[in-house]
Amino acid sequence: MKIISVAFKNLRRKKIRTGLTIGGVAIAVAVLVSLMGFDAGYQKSLTNDIDKMGYQVLVTAKGCPYEAATLMLKGGGGLRYMEQEVYDKITKDPRIEKITPQLAATEFDKDRQNGQGGIILYMGVSDSYRELKPWSKFKSGKWFSGEDADEVIIGYEAAELEQRSAGDQIFIPNLNKTLKVVGIFERTGTQDDGIVFMPLKTAQRIFDLPGKLSGIGIKLKNIGQMSDFEESLYNEPGIQVISMAQVKGTIFNLVSSSRAMTNSIAFIAILIAVIGVINTILMSVFERTKEIGVMKAIGASRLDIFRIIWLETTLICILGGVLGDIIAILGTSIVEQIIRKVLPYAPVGKLVIITPSLLLGSFIGAVVMGLAAGIYPAYRASSMRPVEAIRSGE
Amino acid sequence: MANLLIKADKISKVYKLFAEEIKAVNNLDLEIFQGEFVAFMGPSGSGKTTLLDILGCLDRVSSGKLEIFKQDVSALKESELVKIRRKNIGFVFQEFLLIPTLTALENVELPLLFAGMPQERAKAQGLLEKVGLGGRVNHLPKELSGGERQRVAIARALVTSPKILFADEPTGNLDTKSGQQICEIFQELNRKDGLTIVLTTHNQKLGTQAKRVVYLKDGTIVSREESSLCV
Repeated sequence: MKIISVAFKNLRRKKIRTGLTIGGVAIAVAVLVSLMGFDAGYQKSLTNDIDKMGYQVLVTAKGCPYEAATLMLKGGGGLRYMEQEVYDKITKDPRIEKITPQLAATEFDKDRQNGQGGIILYMGVSDSYRELKPWSKFKSGKWFSGEDADEVIIGYEAAELEQRSAGDQIFIPNLNKTLKVVGIFERTGTQDDGIVFMPLKTAQRIFDLPGKLSGIGIKLKNIGQMSDFEESLYNEPGIQVISMAQVKGTIFNLVSSSRAMTNSIAFIAILIAVIGVINTILMSVFERTKEIGVMKAIGASRLDIFRIIWLETTLICILGGVLGDIIAILGTSIVEQIIRKVLPYAPVGKLVIITPSLLLGSFIGAVVMGLAAGIYPAYRASSMRPVEAIRSGE
Repeated sequence: MANLLIKADKISKVYKLFAEEIKAVNNLDLEIFQGEFVAFMGPSGSGKTTLLDILGCLDRVSSGKLEIFKQDVSALKESELVKIRRKNIGFVFQEFLLIPTLTALENVELPLLFAGMPQERAKAQGLLEKVGLGGRVNHLPKELSGGERQRVAIARALVTSPKILFADEPTGNLDTKSGQQICEIFQELNRKDGLTIVLTTHNQKLGTQAKRVVYLKDGTIVSREESSLCV
């Protein structure tokens, strides 16, 4: 028999109490791991999303820049429209390496999502779109046959959702229009996966937006000319220039301000867990006054008693830490769903990334927490005087 | 002359109860030699338990000089008293005070753990067999009768091979038959193994089995007699 089994057997004496205390620690650890995992995952996914847009600058119609940024990330347009002349004007700028006009439009489809209805995002693009996104590959099919063809190419996820493959027809009920599916894109891990693409001119025609654009994506020859370029467009009426770096920064700021609050919630959860552990152990120490007294009478030193109680506390926190890590891993998808509903903009990739080092760190944190929480109860137990402890209650 | 194990010289133990001072042990002289079987008897509140706690190094004297194994323990700190208890003293209590989460065998092993001699586990098993519990070593205290629990407690007290066994009302919570068994175990330990035993009791029978009975009243010794039953 070892000291640790004395501690362990005592924890099993009050299973419900021990279980609840372990649960408290587990929840605190799970909250912490999820939040930190979200931190890492969100940044990574957002960066991936933005980098894969292929352009550094977006020109859109004037409007709320945040709204524009959000909508644009969802599909390349602020859904405010500008004249195509703007494109014709700036396309000759020598600082531009690549440029592509876009026209985004949305339609509600009542049959989507098992009859709940949902919004489908359509995007009119020109051949230059592919130049900006050289990683875009076809899973099947090919590019449009002409710049005014009644054809669509569907993003990977949209195709899966709608069960479409190349050669099928799709019908847009509100416009009473049927289009032919000529291709399906491979998965890109970005918002593009959910979009139905068509030639720009087709989009302008069927959505009745002749000569309109919702956005212009631009890649500069030299990113250092960014502010210079922005300034030159400043006087153009009705448009605004958004740099993707800014968008990224804005979204990060939005997220990090709410992060301060969630972190304090995690901190409070941990504090409550620690107090719970101290309370439980202290209660169990007082209940066992006689037992502790008799252990001293049969030869236990202060250190022996201290170790037993300290081990009990640490065992609770170790078990809580392991359980918390498991909950965090299992709960990732639930946390993702909740966050997606709450966040103004959620990237496509994994929002919560739980790494082994995060799990290890949280586990070590739980152990340290146990060691800290155990000090006072262990001290109280070890400083009981044997005769008073044994004779208590007589 | 036999080896002197305990020498108490005018020892007193004073408790403060509110403003009142209670002398649980009052200016008491006592000598206990190796191989003795001493019973402290007396009415409740006579100070016999306090005296036992003091002699067993569970408590300290308020005044006077107490030598145990020729060492002055009157002024020792708790951390030094524990070292004396660990290897030289065994304790048995009226309420048995076994650890409820540990089996009989584990309870007996516990002092070895504290004394840093876990290698002597076989001894724990042997002692349980000696007190007639060889077949119940893996039972928890709650699965044992009162008499069986007290026998586990005796095995626990003996596992570190102490020089003296102290017992506080060891039969106080037991029926007559179980009490008798405990008496017999004490007798055997004293006669066969030469173990020094000091106990408190209300049990006349157990008292008369002792070689020496010390009657206490108000913290002092009122009479000492050699028991006629023992030679």
